[in-house]
Amino acid sequence: MSIDLTIAIIITMVGASTPLLLAALGELVVEKSGVLNLGVEGMMLTGAVVGFAVTYTTGNPWLGILAAGFAGACVSMIFAFLTLSLFANQVATGLALTIFGAGFSALFGQAFTGKPIKLFKSIFPDYLTDHPILRVFFDHSPLVYFSLFMVFAVSYFLYKTRAGLVLRAVGENDHSAHSIGYSVIKVRYGAVGFGGMMAGIGGACFPLLLTPQWVEGLTGGRGWIALALVVFSAWKPTRLLAGAYLFGLIATMEVYAKAAGGGFRIIPSELWASLPYLATILVLVLISLRHKMSSSAPACLGKPFIPSN
Amino acid sequence: MKLINRRNALKIGGAAAALPLIGIPAFAQKEKVKAAFVLIGTPDDNGWNYGHDLGRIEMIEALGADRVETTVVTNVAYGPDSERVFRELAQQGHDIIFGASFGYGDAMLKVAKQFPDVKFEWATGYKTAPNLSTYNARFHEGRSVLGTISGMMSKTGIGAYIGSFPIPEVVMGINAFHLAARKANPDFITKVVYVDSWFDPAKEADAARALIDQGVDVITQHTDGPAALQVAEERGIIGGFGQGADMSAFAPDAHLTSIIDIWSPYYIKAVKSVLDGNWKEGTSWEGIAGGEVVIGPYNKKIPADVVAAAEAVRLGIIDGSYHPFTGPITDNKGELRVEKGDIIDDGEFWAVDWYAEGVEA
Repeated sequence: MSIDLTIAIIITMVGASTPLLLAALGELVVEKSGVLNLGVEGMMLTGAVVGFAVTYTTGNPWLGILAAGFAGACVSMIFAFLTLSLFANQVATGLALTIFGAGFSALFGQAFTGKPIKLFKSIFPDYLTDHPILRVFFDHSPLVYFSLFMVFAVSYFLYKTRAGLVLRAVGENDHSAHSIGYSVIKVRYGAVGFGGMMAGIGGACFPLLLTPQWVEGLTGGRGWIALALVVFSAWKPTRLLAGAYLFGLIATMEVYAKAAGGGFRIIPSELWASLPYLATILVLVLISLRHKMSSSAPACLGKPFIPSN
Repeated sequence: MKLINRRNALKIGGAAAALPLIGIPAFAQKEKVKAAFVLIGTPDDNGWNYGHDLGRIEMIEALGADRVETTVVTNVAYGPDSERVFRELAQQGHDIIFGASFGYGDAMLKVAKQFPDVKFEWATGYKTAPNLSTYNARFHEGRSVLGTISGMMSKTGIGAYIGSFPIPEVVMGINAFHLAARKANPDFITKVVYVDSWFDPAKEADAARALIDQGVDVITQHTDGPAALQVAEERGIIGGFGQGADMSAFAPDAHLTSIIDIWSPYYIKAVKSVLDGNWKEGTSWEGIAGGEVVIGPYNKKIPADVVAAAEAVRLGIIDGSYHPFTGPITDNKGELRVEKGDIIDDGEFWAVDWYAEGVEA
């Protein structure tokens, strides 16, 4: 395999991984606080349509990204209110949020289908993005660098700051955190809002980074892969980065192998398509075998917190 | 003399009671038809579903809104979901129900049996029943025109075909495209990538990137949307083609031409036959000659001699002098499949499960 092709594969792989990474990072923080929000797909679709609409109307992708993050956070507040303030079932509410996001984005997006925008490409000078070797570092959308920055920001926040410690405490033992004076509900509202923002920006990657159009159902179920990735990563941001890039690599290798023909054809395309899911199952089995499963999932994940004062 | 027992008497009585309600005798013209359309996606996909919905709208315009009332159900998944939708539409009193996707067949055949008075129409289907017809278009004829353009314009001699699933229709589209391209360039190679979905724009776009990174400079696709074309535009390759509808708005430079599906002639004919009370089971398979498959405007950047060659193929298909599958055809494993002077006729078409020599699939 030539250097050029290898670099081309890496660039496509990074693009395919970025929406997964962003959405999964947000969900990781949500789950670390003890909340399970299955509405990632719905929030991504909302972010995708709002990101497209604002970019199309203003011509400014930065505004599109901001709006997508804001829209994702707004719809996540519906979920937060229902589950945190009204104690609705998190699984059912999350699924409802996905259905809502799909319907809302289809309705809102009707005015924007059939309209093209430009991809949000690298902002580095041409001699770096066109360089045969260096383009592997520079020929990426700003969204890619943002997602990498967020991996380290989230990691730093969770493990090196006091606020991160509180968030983890809320997810591990909500009643203890409550009894020493932390507001479990407020922390969780914040986490859910952050998760919504990240899912919204992840959704905006579809029209801005991958395929510059809006059509109903644009995210193609990738919100569910983002959810699987959080489990895959055992709730660790750096492992999440590796997981997202592995999933992206599998998806990218599928199309490159098919395009190459020859020996790659031995692997049936159905197997390629199911590899990410098989990988998730495999990792789950490995984690379970090491008896670490119980310690890696936040202890209060999915349990409603009802203050006992 | 007819024997009247209680059951017969009830039947006759029931029919007599029903007559004034319907207000018209059987076999005669209908005042108004209720038609339903079941779509696999939404009409705003700018492709397949858009084409069907446009056909529906033009059908209403042609027959008059006072004669036909339509229901459209979008995003209907194959399997049990679609069966439920077809049954509900039949129960709601629709006279004719169009299922606009290949995968609806089993559900339609099943529901058609339960509602013998409702007419069913299965797009791209391969099986009929007393109240179920199939209708299709010879898209592969359009592929011959695209192949001619690709064979003449490609500099690398490698074209790509992004497919959905390897069903006969897609396989024959690939063969028609490739055989026409090879007439212009005997060494032409067609790389085929199946994305295993009718609709996943992000994956189509990545497939296009993978193909272009491996030397492809003309792309055609058999999926519902402009994703691959947009990548062609972004990368500045020679070009691609619109599928189902003109997609030049998405790729003004790369959009060479398009295959446009025109379903209105068939929809008008089918609904009119229900209105007139003479609907019959049948299979319809029109192409360029019948006006169901139309080649869109050619991009200005295509040289005049290429346009002339493409037009020659198009006109040859209409007058019968050009057949997309004329022998000798060898498959990509070296076996002679069609003898010199022979063609693949309509009956053999659906059984082809091989690719012509030079197709990498």
